[in-house]
This record gives sequence, structure tokens and C-alpha cells, in this order.
Amino acid sequence: MALITYREALRQALTEEMERDPNVFLLGEEIGRYQGTFRVTEGLLQRFGGMRVVDTPISESGIAGMAIGAAMIGLRPVAEFMTFSFALIAIDQIVNHAAKILYMFGGQIRVPLVFRGPAGGGAQLSAQHSHSLESWYAHIPGLKVVTPATPADAKGMLKTAIRDDNPVIFMEHAKLYSTRGEVPDGEYTIPFGSADVKRKGQDVTIITYSQPVLMALHAADKLAETEGIECEVIDLRSLQPLDMDTILASVRKTHRAVVVHEDHRNAGFGAEIAARIQEFAFDDLDAPVLRVAGADVPIPYARNLERAAFPSEEDIIRAVKRVLV
Amino acid sequence: MRAEAPVKKALPKSLTPQRLVELYRKMLLIRHFEEQCSPAYRQGKMGGYMHVYIGQEAVATGFIAHMRDDDYMICSYRDHGHALARGTDPRPVMAELFGRYTGVSKGKGGSMHLVDVQRGFLGGYGIVGGMVPLAVGVGYGIRYRGTDQVCLCFFGDGAMNIGPVHEALNMAAVYKVPVVFICENNRYAMATPIEFASAVPNLAERARQYGMPTKQIGGMDLLEVYQEAEEIIHHVRHTPEPFFVEVLTYRFEGHGIADNPTNQALYRTKEEVEYWRQRDPIVSTARFLIENGIASESELLEWDSIAKQQALEAVAFADASPEPPLEELYRDVYTDMEVQEWR
Repeated sequence: MALITYREALRQALTEEMERDPNVFLLGEEIGRYQGTFRVTEGLLQRFGGMRVVDTPISESGIAGMAIGAAMIGLRPVAEFMTFSFALIAIDQIVNHAAKILYMFGGQIRVPLVFRGPAGGGAQLSAQHSHSLESWYAHIPGLKVVTPATPADAKGMLKTAIRDDNPVIFMEHAKLYSTRGEVPDGEYTIPFGSADVKRKGQDVTIITYSQPVLMALHAADKLAETEGIECEVIDLRSLQPLDMDTILASVRKTHRAVVVHEDHRNAGFGAEIAARIQEFAFDDLDAPVLRVAGADVPIPYARNLERAAFPSEEDIIRAVKRVLV
Repeated sequence: MRAEAPVKKALPKSLTPQRLVELYRKMLLIRHFEEQCSPAYRQGKMGGYMHVYIGQEAVATGFIAHMRDDDYMICSYRDHGHALARGTDPRPVMAELFGRYTGVSKGKGGSMHLVDVQRGFLGGYGIVGGMVPLAVGVGYGIRYRGTDQVCLCFFGDGAMNIGPVHEALNMAAVYKVPVVFICENNRYAMATPIEFASAVPNLAERARQYGMPTKQIGGMDLLEVYQEAEEIIHHVRHTPEPFFVEVLTYRFEGHGIADNPTNQALYRTKEEVEYWRQRDPIVSTARFLIENGIASESELLEWDSIAKQQALEAVAFADASPEPPLEELYRDVYTDMEVQEWR
């Protein structure tokens, strides 16, 4: 096991997959000569050359479309969005093309590609640069959506994403890039649709993904220390496919659930999880499923307002106590 | 206007009389195929939108004639002619329009989403201009592998006013991909004339600044299209760099099935339609075949009736084909994953 950053874990996955499969290539803004805005692709242009590490103009539709076209004839592009906020410019390519091509041509054309990049906010980037919007992608049949929270998951799941024959939305989080974690030595992959119980507990189930996983783990530790409440923290890791079995098994044990995500609360992914819990485990519930999520406002700039717009450890602690009342 | 150029009097060197007859008969097949579509639509055998290519047949036929077996093509939703010109069996094409399981996309795509992977036809797409960026990726893939394939990308004049097309044209030139961008200018984006929608209505002129060769050609004369397409595709295959060609053409019918003559009167005159019908590529090619002693009147009649017969057979095949089984609803969403039925 090596202790590396989330960013290094992603870079290892890209490097290993590019070495393993000559069809894998990268494209995106500033990923080559500039080494990547978040330095994920640092050194890769020097290592693999300009044909496989393609600097693009600021043309998100063009980038997405180019990735799709190349994938349709058998390459395995990994397209980087500088942030997922900019993926909105490419949404027609992602939704109307990448997600639909397999189905509308009767299963005859595969689109094996990865759209990756940071989502989320928290760096005072304000309204247009702080989107998460994973629920948009999870809403679209044909897309897989993954949201790893740790370096080990990031590496193993990016390798899985690159080998997947379907379009994969691979959402990182800008606040995770410099976090460190143990990553297994040697070759490994992590399958999609397998949630990870990151902390065991019997009192309340906290269901979350991406950066809020770290927040939920802190909150759970605090609750254990100060209140003796033992939370089970489930990191979904992938939203589509979604591992309902792990969620339901935990809820059947704890009888209480809190869903946590950074994305807006209204019609966010938490609503889907809460709905499914009540559909399949209604009789096991001792309290309503609560959602801790981003405020339903455009993300503001001012530090205090931005902090108030995103869920906090305190919000999670409060919600856990409420479901225990 | 280039489209009015007189019918050429001599065969291009590379075009044998036999090959010309073959292409003429392809155009006949496309025409008869689509003439069967409207009645079938009215009988409720098809649904959705249905956009016919009648009047534009020389464009797809003249360009696709130069494709090698291993080349690629991609196009818009007005795609019946392209599939048939590429040699796709008309029966599964018609079955697709009927929403039948024997259709080219198993009945899951319909008129706008024909495909023929074996022939490098990467599909028809319903979002105006949406597939133009895809063509850049196909071209990039060709360069990546270092082959001398090309990709033909067909789209309409309407597509010239949507952003992703311009991103794609720029990127195509930046990466020097072997793609021929074929802008079929039929003068109307639905009902909006090109002069209303583009401050520079000469689209080849407009594309020139992207750093690739461009050309405007007439699209009503098969021989002209054939000859120009040959040079352009040869250039792109051997340079390689992309090429933008604006082809002046005209659709004799409405934009789609709902754009009936009453609606069409809101944006174009009968006289204008008649003017272009006088330049029908099938009629002019027939005249050329006769005048040059390549075919007799009786041969023309025979080919016409064979093409009509093929179209009728396609309808009969589609009619007799089963609908997709209901399990198909949940198939092909992912390559490797079942979609859960929640009912």
C-alpha cells in the first residue's frame, strides 16, 4: 500500500490504462502542454505524445463529440472537462448522442468513453463554476455515473471506467485532489454498482458519495465520541448502477437513514434514494428519511454565504439526531 | 447560380457507362422508395417525423459512389437516400420506418436513425448539426490508426447556424482529419430561407476561414456531383485535411411529412418548386443516358419498373415483419447491464 493523493491515483490509472491499451487516448483543455488545470495529467504528454494526449480548443461540444466519434470506431477516449460546470455546453452531445447511440441503433454501435473532471464547489468560484448536477446524468438512461471519494476508489474506478463499453460520467471533486489515502499496490479495479461501507454502525445509516463522504465520516466520529451514536456510512461510489442492496441491508439494521450530497436538494439524487428506501423498506423505517444537501440557490461568492449553501458536518449531526428522536 | 449549369455533355473519365447506369438506378430506387413512404405514413404504418430526400438524390449518390468499403459516413435525419446509396438493403430500411424488428435498428430508431455498421454508415442523427462533431472524432480515429480511410459527413444548410458545427469545423482543421463536410444546401432550414438565417448566405464562403479548402458545387446534376466528389474525396484521402463542400440542391417535398403544400405556401411559391423540378436529377440523367446512346427508352422504363418493384417489395417485407418483442424495451440501454423494470 502506498499513501498517495487522489490526483496521483487518477494519474496512475490513466498511465496504466494507456500503457495497457493503445486505443486509450486523452483529450481536453490544457491537459497536455499545461499539464492539466488540476495537474491530473501532469507528465502524460511527455510520456505518450501529442496524438494520445490531445490539447483542445475551448470547445466542449467539439471535445465531447470528438470523443464520441472516436469511440464509435473503437478507440477509448477519456475526455476531461475542466469542470463539470462546463459540461453543460456539451450536454446535447452527452445526452442526445453518447447516451442514446447504443439504443437508437439497436445495440450496434458502442460508445466506450469516459467524461471526467471535477464537479462541486467550495473554492469561492460562485454561480457558474460550482455545479455538481450528478442527478442530471443519473437521470439519463445509457450513462453510467460514478463519484469516487478516496484515492483507492478513484484509481480502481477510473480503470473500470476506461474499460467499460458504455459512456461513463466520472465525477471527481476539486476539494478531493490533494487528499491522501492508501492505494493498493499493483493492478486492481473496482466494479461499478458496489457501494462501500466506509464505517460500520448500528444506529443510523448515512448514505453519501464524493467529497461529502469525508464530511460524513468526521460527523460520524464526532457523534460516536460525544453522543455514543454509531452511524453506518455508506459511500455509494457509483450512482448508476446503484447498489440498493447495500443501502437496504443497512437500513433494515439501523431503521433510520440520512442521505447527504452537495448538489441541490430539490430533485437531487437524495430524492431517488429516499423514494427507493420507502418503496422497498417502508416497514423497516422508524423515522422519515432525511436529506442533507446543497441549498436550492445559485452558489454565491461570499465565503460565509457559500459555506451556508453547502452541507456541513453540523448539518449531518443535526439530521442524525433528528432521525433518532 | 451553379445549380443551373447545363447538363454535361461528356462522361467523366473515371465513369464508365455501366457505372453511370448503376448510379442512375440507385437514384431511381431512392425516389421510388420514398414515393412509397407517404402513402404508408398516411395509412398509419409509420409514425414520428419522416423527412424525404426527393430532389436531392444526386448528392448522396454522387458522393457515396466514391466511398471505399472501409470508409465511413454519417448524416442527418434526412437519411433514407444515404443508406440506399450506400447499398443498404431497402427492405430493412423500410422495416425500420415501419418500426419493425427486422429494421436496420431493430425498429428502435425509426426514419431518423438508420444505420449500417457493416458499410461504415455510422447513422442518421436527429439533432441539427449534432453529428458533425462526431465526424471529427471518426476522422481523428482514422488519423490515430494511420489508415487512408475518409469520413463523409452530410448535413443541411440549417446546421450551419448551430454552434457545435463551428466548433467541429475548427477542430477538424486543427487536427487535419480526413473528413469531407458536405453541406447540402436545399435553401430552407425547415421553412426559414437561408438568406434569412445566414448573414453570409454563401456557405462555402462562410466556411473558408476555418483553414480548409472549400468549394460550392451544383447538386442537381449527377455527373457534376460525381466528378467534383471524386476530386474532393481523392484530395482528402491523400493530403490529408478536411474539406468543406457546399452543394446547391433542393427538396421537392416539404421539410417533413407535416410540412404539407398548404404549409409550404407560407415560405415558397409553386413556381419556385416547379423551377427546381425542371432540374430533377433523375430526369436529367435519363436524358443524358438517351442522348449519349448509353440506354434506350425501353431500358429506362424497365429500370424504373424494377426500382418501383423493389420499393413495393420493401413495403411488403416491412408490413409482414413482426414488431419488436417487448423485451427490447429494456435491451441495448447498456452493453452489459440490465435495466430494472420498476412496474
